[in-house]
Amino acid sequence: MNDIAESLRRFARENFLFGRQDDFSDADSFLELGIIDSTGVLELVAFIESTYEVRVEDEELVPENLDSIDNLVRFVESKQSVAVTSG
Amino acid sequence: MCGIVGAVHFDGSWSDPYVLVKMLAQVSHRGPDANGIYTERGVGLGHTRLSIIDLEGGRQPMHNEDRSLWVTFNGEIFNYVELRAELQAAGHRFSTRSDTEVILHAYEEYGPGCVERFNGQWALALWDKKRRRLFASRDRLGVRPLYYTSVGGTFLFASEVKSLFAHPGVDRRIDPCGLNQIFTFWTTLAPRTVFEGIWELPPGHNLTVDEGGIQIERYWQPDYAPPAEPLDEEECVRRLLDLLIDATRLRLRADVPVGAYLSGGLDSTVTAALAVHATDAPLRTFSIAFDDAEFDETRYQEEAAAALGTEHETLRCRGDEIAAAFAEMIWHGEKPVLRTAPAPLLLLSKAVREAGYKVVITGEGADEMLGGYDLFKEAKVRRFWAAAPDSAFRAGLLQRLYPYMPAMQAQPLAYRKAFFHVRPGDVANPLFSHLPRWELTSRLKTFFSDDFRAAVSGHDAYADCLALLPQAFDRWHPFCQAQYLETVILLPGYILSSQGDRMAMAHAVEGRFPFLDHRLAEFAAQIPPRLKMKALDEKYILKRAARNLVPESILRRKKQPYRAPGAKCFLDDVSGRESAAAGSRHELVDEMLSPERIRQDGIFAPDAVGHLVEKVRSGRAIGVKDDMALVGVLSTQLLVDRFVRHFDAHCAGGDHLAAAAIEQFAYVPSGQGPASPAAHLAL
Repeated sequence: MNDIAESLRRFARENFLFGRQDDFSDADSFLELGIIDSTGVLELVAFIESTYEVRVEDEELVPENLDSIDNLVRFVESKQSVAVTSG
Repeated sequence: MCGIVGAVHFDGSWSDPYVLVKMLAQVSHRGPDANGIYTERGVGLGHTRLSIIDLEGGRQPMHNEDRSLWVTFNGEIFNYVELRAELQAAGHRFSTRSDTEVILHAYEEYGPGCVERFNGQWALALWDKKRRRLFASRDRLGVRPLYYTSVGGTFLFASEVKSLFAHPGVDRRIDPCGLNQIFTFWTTLAPRTVFEGIWELPPGHNLTVDEGGIQIERYWQPDYAPPAEPLDEEECVRRLLDLLIDATRLRLRADVPVGAYLSGGLDSTVTAALAVHATDAPLRTFSIAFDDAEFDETRYQEEAAAALGTEHETLRCRGDEIAAAFAEMIWHGEKPVLRTAPAPLLLLSKAVREAGYKVVITGEGADEMLGGYDLFKEAKVRRFWAAAPDSAFRAGLLQRLYPYMPAMQAQPLAYRKAFFHVRPGDVANPLFSHLPRWELTSRLKTFFSDDFRAAVSGHDAYADCLALLPQAFDRWHPFCQAQYLETVILLPGYILSSQGDRMAMAHAVEGRFPFLDHRLAEFAAQIPPRLKMKALDEKYILKRAARNLVPESILRRKKQPYRAPGAKCFLDDVSGRESAAAGSRHELVDEMLSPERIRQDGIFAPDAVGHLVEKVRSGRAIGVKDDMALVGVLSTQLLVDRFVRHFDAHCAGGDHLAAAAIEQFAYVPSGQGPASPAAHLAL
């Protein structure tokens, strides 16, 4: 499994499921499943910024980027590749 | 205000005075001024008194002229002066100046329907000897509490659950469905309580007990049917102000001084202003201040006090003081909570008591009656948005909601939309207005243990709520539907009880609420919704009525409901401040939320709670939901500890009451009953 996906899943399990069984797929919407609610998004962003050393802009705070493991992985990887090319 | 207890024995046996005294002792904090019990064959009544009207003559339990009626009563009948005049004109003779005696004569004259003539706040029980029937009643909006249960062939009632638990036959168990309701609605839905077999008489209901059994009947409920002739704005302003003035005038009736709470918000500034205008004596006002700027309203409180010229006192409240008061708060509230907001009010009532005051006027009820809560705004915006879901402008209105909650403000718009989102079918749901709140709260059920989830798996809390709705509900304006839900659920179940009566009465302080005058409630229900919320301007009509009463700054203020620091009070290591109470704070959490304790009590899942505690401790829990989770789990664990497991260690003994002068009104015909009940009491 992708490292980023794994660490995100672990974060979600500890912080939003409080250690309970996670039976959601990488494609499932967090909001639909009630795994992460709208205030939880702020915690998620804090985690991403500190763990992957990327900056999340205000306009990037949308479900397309944040609302599933797949979306998050895609988003973080795109941010990291931008950082590499501009560095 | 007072505490009441009692028992009806269907087999005609006598009440054990020992048991009555023990029951009464549990509510002696409600009535430090006097105590009385009455026993006759088949019934026992107890009363612990906070003397406010007719200090000398108003002793209870009280009887009528031929002792065929006995009453024990907690509350005030504010229009007792007018009622007494009517009853005297009808031939009744009074021997006291109390409002209690008015109840007896009103019952003689009008029967159980007498309560419909009362303007007040009450929980009363009346023994009708001729009919061998107990008649009990609770005020229309749930200001004063009344609980009951049956054990063996005995019916028991009391102001607080503790008194019922003091009876040797009553079991103490958590009702899983009650807890399921708390973790949905923030309260149980009366008659259900969080304890199995313990029931609450709903507001606006009467109860009759006799040989035939228990009958419960509603005598009043909010009715939002619009008037035949819609009211115009000027008329509404005028009538609202008149009603407020009169409601306040009535609530100043007391033989002791009356003070007022000032929260810094519109409602309590209005009630304090009206009190100032109604009396010549200077008004004492009381407020709470928080070190935490997110919750503090000192600036507005001081502006209001200065503008009104009151003698103002501010109680400063720190997080560790909230934590230290939390267990006592649960002992008095008898219910889990999801907010710590009641705790500072417990500390405030103590300050009021120490200042020598027994009565305070306060602004509760305005938000329910006149549409003040953000929840009403939210529902309006969501409906508006649902009518054109792709409108960015409409969705953007959501941004204006909840200005006072920083974490909410920081939410990205896309996510706020999702949280408040209107799914197909939601708009048609009668509970539409409250779904975001209730669904958020229901997420906390993730902390329930597997066993507990199994215990409530068949229980649909929303179905319980739908069953409460009157037939006319569907025909009401949506704004009024939201008002109804708030008025019959959160107002009596949390605002008036956990935050209101229980916190004030813990220190024998009686709250009085002009906005809950039933004439005002009935009038407010007829005000067109567009005058209650004009666009997104809440309580518009009240602001107009209050124009000359309160300072401009208070009128213009953004709505900020009363809230207190939450989970951080228990696990805030950040401040690093040395505090004498710091030890107790951590102990409480360590003890009540330890994995062993959680496992033993069986309600919550130990690992999940452990993760939650860690998340809060590390400062990562910034959302409302996690805050509610910690407070909810902690308060539930405390409830189990104090009431289910260790009640005997925490309950009051009867000794201090027996040693004090208890007036025993026992009427013992010669040759019947216990030889000398009085002897039992001379411990």
